[in-house]
Amino acid sequence: MDDHRGVLVVGELGQSRLATVTRELLGAGRRLADELGEPLGLLLIGDAVSGCDTEASALGVDTLYVAEGPHLAAYNGDVYMEIAGTVAGETAAAVILMGHTTAGREMGPRLAARLGGSLFTDCVDLALDAARWLVATRPVYGGNAMAGFVSKTLPQIATVRPKAMPETAACTGKNMSTVAVSTDSTLSRIELSEVVVEEAAGPRIEDAGVVVAVGAGVRQEDFGLVCDLAQVLGGAVGGTRLPYEEGWIPASSQIGQTGKMITPDLYVAVGISGAPQHMAGCTGAKRIVAINNDPEAHIFKMADYGIVADYKEALPVLIEKIREMTGA
Amino acid sequence: MNIIVCIKQILDPEIPPAKFKVDTVAKKVVCPEGIPLVVSPYDEQAVEAALRIKESRSDAKLTALTLGGAGAKDAIKHVLSMGVDEGIIVNDDAFEGSDAFGTAYILSKAIEKLGDYGLVLCGRQAADWDAGQVGPVLAEYLGIPVVTVAKEVAAVDGKVTVKQVLADGYRVLHMAMPALVTVSSEIGQARLPSGKGIVMAARKQVTVWSSQDLGCDPGRIGSGAARAELAELFVPSQDRKSEIITGKDVAEAAGNLAGVLRREGAI
Ligand SMILES: Cc1cc2nc3c(=O)[nH]c(=O)nc-3n(C[C@H](O)[C@H](O)[C@H](O)COP(=O)(O)OP(=O)(O)OC[C@H]3O[C@@H](n4cnc5c(N)ncnc54)[C@H](O)[C@@H]3O)c2cc1C
Ligand SMILES: Nc1ncnc2c1ncn2[C@@H]1O[C@H](COP(=O)(O)O)[C@@H](O)[C@H]1O
Repeated sequence: MDDHRGVLVVGELGQSRLATVTRELLGAGRRLADELGEPLGLLLIGDAVSGCDTEASALGVDTLYVAEGPHLAAYNGDVYMEIAGTVAGETAAAVILMGHTTAGREMGPRLAARLGGSLFTDCVDLALDAARWLVATRPVYGGNAMAGFVSKTLPQIATVRPKAMPETAACTGKNMSTVAVSTDSTLSRIELSEVVVEEAAGPRIEDAGVVVAVGAGVRQEDFGLVCDLAQVLGGAVGGTRLPYEEGWIPASSQIGQTGKMITPDLYVAVGISGAPQHMAGCTGAKRIVAINNDPEAHIFKMADYGIVADYKEALPVLIEKIREMTGA
Repeated sequence: MNIIVCIKQILDPEIPPAKFKVDTVAKKVVCPEGIPLVVSPYDEQAVEAALRIKESRSDAKLTALTLGGAGAKDAIKHVLSMGVDEGIIVNDDAFEGSDAFGTAYILSKAIEKLGDYGLVLCGRQAADWDAGQVGPVLAEYLGIPVVTVAKEVAAVDGKVTVKQVLADGYRVLHMAMPALVTVSSEIGQARLPSGKGIVMAARKQVTVWSSQDLGCDPGRIGSGAARAELAELFVPSQDRKSEIITGKDVAEAAGNLAGVLRREGAI
């Protein structure tokens, strides 16, 4: 291929460490870099990012690019884009990876437009073909199908779905070098005025081991029953589109293609039909349980266990039995 | 102020999963017979966002733009009947097989031909291939700022204010116009066409532009310019147990379910 070389991960920061999705990207990035026999770079942009260097080095990064400054504390599409574009251009990376997050959704396409590369969004698997072109697999048609694409152009840019790829275990650590990136040209046409946090009470659905989800089959006056089940299971409450639109749950608790992708150990769907756009958000659950009074409901095909019943009858008994078993 | 909404016509994403079929050899989705194509729901929501802006300022004029073939006129008529003022179709055999970059390039040429505009709205992603690429690429080609996944868009004086959906809430961003925003379903249900709207839409002329009308560079359009190739398309296999737990009545079934989950260590 031409003079493009190496893998560059555009990272994001979590609480005083690398964001989980970035750790996942570094796993995939290290694997691809090894297959190519080329280096792995990580770009971090933020207020104070140098604290992440030990972690980056332990995850196999060869070169850390640091763009630091108080004006970089919050993601700004234009400013971050300028920095990522410069680093991607100067390093001439063959593969550029980022999370399918707010930042990645904007930067991926914009970078591809600027650099003239190929682009794959919301990928769940990445590999190389015999000619070392990137092969990206991603869900399409609301999760009804999977598509595999082969790149024909460099650089090859992919945004990766969070939680789709495993985090890597830390290795012994590399001789990582650090490069400071100039943040001078920070012209922005976008101005941030306010960040509003809207979260449901209790555990977050993306962190909870158990999630009980409410669907349009549940009447509003019975929403409390669903919450009770979540409570005895020590889990979080999520839902489909209607409960969000009706305001029973916040946007951050909607599960699915538009909502969140979650991977709990146990997912209990109450009064949910199992539309692909909803199931797209919970296919990563270890166990799926469905309660629905329609024996033909599609959700039963997507579930491990189901009971065909009116939730009004089933939930009180289920809650009682679980209480007896667990003493909750 | 002119607002341009980019809409795509697609297979109805809400068809029952059992009707969804893929031809793995041709690498194509088989459109079930008798199911009409629809305007991608997020694009309908982008139209809804535009209509709400129009209600807030009397100088707003809405133009819907689509790159599409035979059925494109139905898509345009649908949004005209929702209240959009004008519709434009770009269609040419040379556009066949264009990827997101080709599509965004063609749309950018059409928007430049339209001339003066304040705001371009797209859906967050077309609900067929779910890519979410055309909007931000189009913004780059037009040289204007972009914010994706909006749940509210306002245009006051020369400024666009956007509420952008985040994982745990939203943030408020401001841009000078012209700007591009991609709209998500959190904006709420799009309105249905009104009776009056349908009558008005039937009377309206729809402009059709070809590649030549737009002066497209042949090297940037069509399948030849695509930056990637579709290697496979398949319906993923389901490996769930799909076991229905029964009992002599609902109470017993629910009890049995709890028992199974307990034995498996799930609770
Ligand atoms: C582009 C796009 C994106 C989308 N994104 C999302 C998304 O992110 N998340 C999402 O959830 N949806 C999303 N949707 C909507 C999705 O396609 C479905 O319409 C939605 O998930 C259906 O929700 P539901 O299962 O709660 O309701 P329904 O489909 O109405 O199902 C209700 C179920 O409840 C059952 N029921 C009724 N009464 C009872 C009772 N008494 N006891 C037990 N069961 C009962 C019924 O048998 C039925 O199966 C999207 C759609 C599109 C087109
Ligand atoms: N053929 C098209 N004609 C007009 N607009 C389109 C077309 N394809 C994509 N778009 C716009 O770009 C958005 C994102 O599309 P995509 O990148 O294909 O997911 C859509 O929601 C539309 O607003």
